[in-house]
Amino acid sequence: MKTILELKNIYVFYYDNLILEDINLKVYENDFIGIIGPNGGGKTTLLKTILGILKPASGRIYLCEGLNKQNCFGYVPQTSNIDFLYPISVLDVVKTGRLNKNKIFKTYDKNDIDIAFDSLKKMDLLKYQNILFGNLSGGEKQRVLIARALTTNPKILLLDEPTSNVDSKVGYHFYELLSQLNKDITIIMVSHDIGAISQNVKKIACLNRKLVYHDSKEITKEMLEKVYHCPVDLIAHGIPHRVFPEHKEVE
Amino acid sequence: MFEIFQYDFMLNALLACLLASIAFGIIGTYVVVKRIVFISGGIAHSTYGGIGLGYLVGFSPLFGAIGFGILSALFIALLRKFKLHSEDMLIGIMWSLGMALGILFISFTPGYAPNLMSYLFGNILTISFEEIITISILDIIIFIIVIVFYEQFLAITFDEEFAETLGLPVGKLYTLLLVLIALTIVILIKLVGIILVIAMLTIPPSIAVRFSNKLSKMMFLSVMLGIFFTLIGLLISYYFNLVSGATIIVISIIFYLISLLFNKRKLKLNINIEENL
Ligand SMILES: Nc1ncnc2c1ncn2[C@@H]1O[C@H](COP(=O)(O)OP(=O)(O)O)[C@@H](O)[C@H]1O
Ligand SMILES: [Mg+2]
Repeated sequence: MKTILELKNIYVFYYDNLILEDINLKVYENDFIGIIGPNGGGKTTLLKTILGILKPASGRIYLCEGLNKQNCFGYVPQTSNIDFLYPISVLDVVKTGRLNKNKIFKTYDKNDIDIAFDSLKKMDLLKYQNILFGNLSGGEKQRVLIARALTTNPKILLLDEPTSNVDSKVGYHFYELLSQLNKDITIIMVSHDIGAISQNVKKIACLNRKLVYHDSKEITKEMLEKVYHCPVDLIAHGIPHRVFPEHKEVE
Repeated sequence: MFEIFQYDFMLNALLACLLASIAFGIIGTYVVVKRIVFISGGIAHSTYGGIGLGYLVGFSPLFGAIGFGILSALFIALLRKFKLHSEDMLIGIMWSLGMALGILFISFTPGYAPNLMSYLFGNILTISFEEIITISILDIIIFIIVIVFYEQFLAITFDEEFAETLGLPVGKLYTLLLVLIALTIVILIKLVGIILVIAMLTIPPSIAVRFSNKLSKMMFLSVMLGIFFTLIGLLISYYFNLVSGATIIVISIIFYLISLLFNKRKLKLNINIEENL
């Protein structure tokens, strides 16, 4: 398996607060990693650090050869960060993914528009192309932001709490879409929703300032307790997939 | 009622309204969608330092305002760059420092004490032809830059962090936008004065946003509303002998309140969605 991204000894501060401590993470091609952790645990900070929006105080981020941070990431931020009053159509949101630093005096050409439509189609959004972004439901907005990220032709897709505004029925289709994308794209997804994430990803990590990661799909009680600092009841929602290892009740 | 057009000062005032509306409709749109009203207020008030310096040293106060406006725009861009914890507070300090410097400079100015009021509250009837030329040049600069960087400004005002991941020079574009805001504020000072600049920059776009599905449409509507408000305000202030700047603002706010009754955006869009499905 080819390593596509590696984080080594990453420390990130906000002012004097240590937010991420000694993060080490190896991501292989076509991984689908779910990172769970409590609110304020540093999940968003980790994604922004990987993207280069935040600079780590120390540590290094390695990308596989031929990639640089501007051509390999597709960032899907939390929809709640975006002003729903902004007058912009779905198509125009998706198009912005085609801008880059080489195109500073140019606007979009035909190729860009074709790619934007392609992404809309992939996310099943063609019928919404002229709708105002702000008028869509949470799940639809999320798909628009994924479509926008796809226009950059990313190798790694980074999703921040993609299911926080999506109801569970829609969520199911949503994960089918992601699995589809995962055939060619490595996915890293963060969420505070253990149930949602655990059924659908290939590997799970837990983050609360420190990252606990076992390169497998199983969350152990020990991992969760390390991260949440308190005993956690393990409730596996996923019937088809087993998330938690079989363990004997010790109580 | 059209006898007022025989006066040169009135023609100048009308021309100034038209020209200024172009700038503040376009730039105000960015201020509203990016929610940088406080920052714009800081830039506006700091220009008073430049106006005072102009009087003291003996150059055009308008150029002083442009200088101070651009300096404070660069200062704010710098604060942003280093992501300082105290950004808000520092902008507040810059805001007051500009005002304080302006008052001091003017108090040092020997002899004739210039009319403070006309810069604080505007006096569109005293606008000179040279000032109209300056406004036109600023208009052209703003217009060209916005056309060239329309998509880039849209990207950074819609989602700055995503724009950064694309490798766009977000910091530089943001600085440029702040400089454009400074230039627009200078244009508006003559019209409504430093104190009321923020109202003119934000009211037309705040109405327009609810009737727009595109940023460019919002700009166009804001410009039209700006022209409408300033002309109505100007006529009313002339016939009833009221202060022009304040009249324009009150008129704008009345229309803003009326516009709240029409939430056109939701209505229209629901219909659209149904058609599409
Ligand atoms: N811009 C910021 N300035 C200061 N502190 C921040 C900022 N953003 C996040 N933090 C702090 O960093 C910590 C981690 O935040 P975040 O990464 O957003 O957590 P999560 O996404 O896991 O909820 C929180 O304690 C939060 O208060
Ligand atoms: Mg978060």
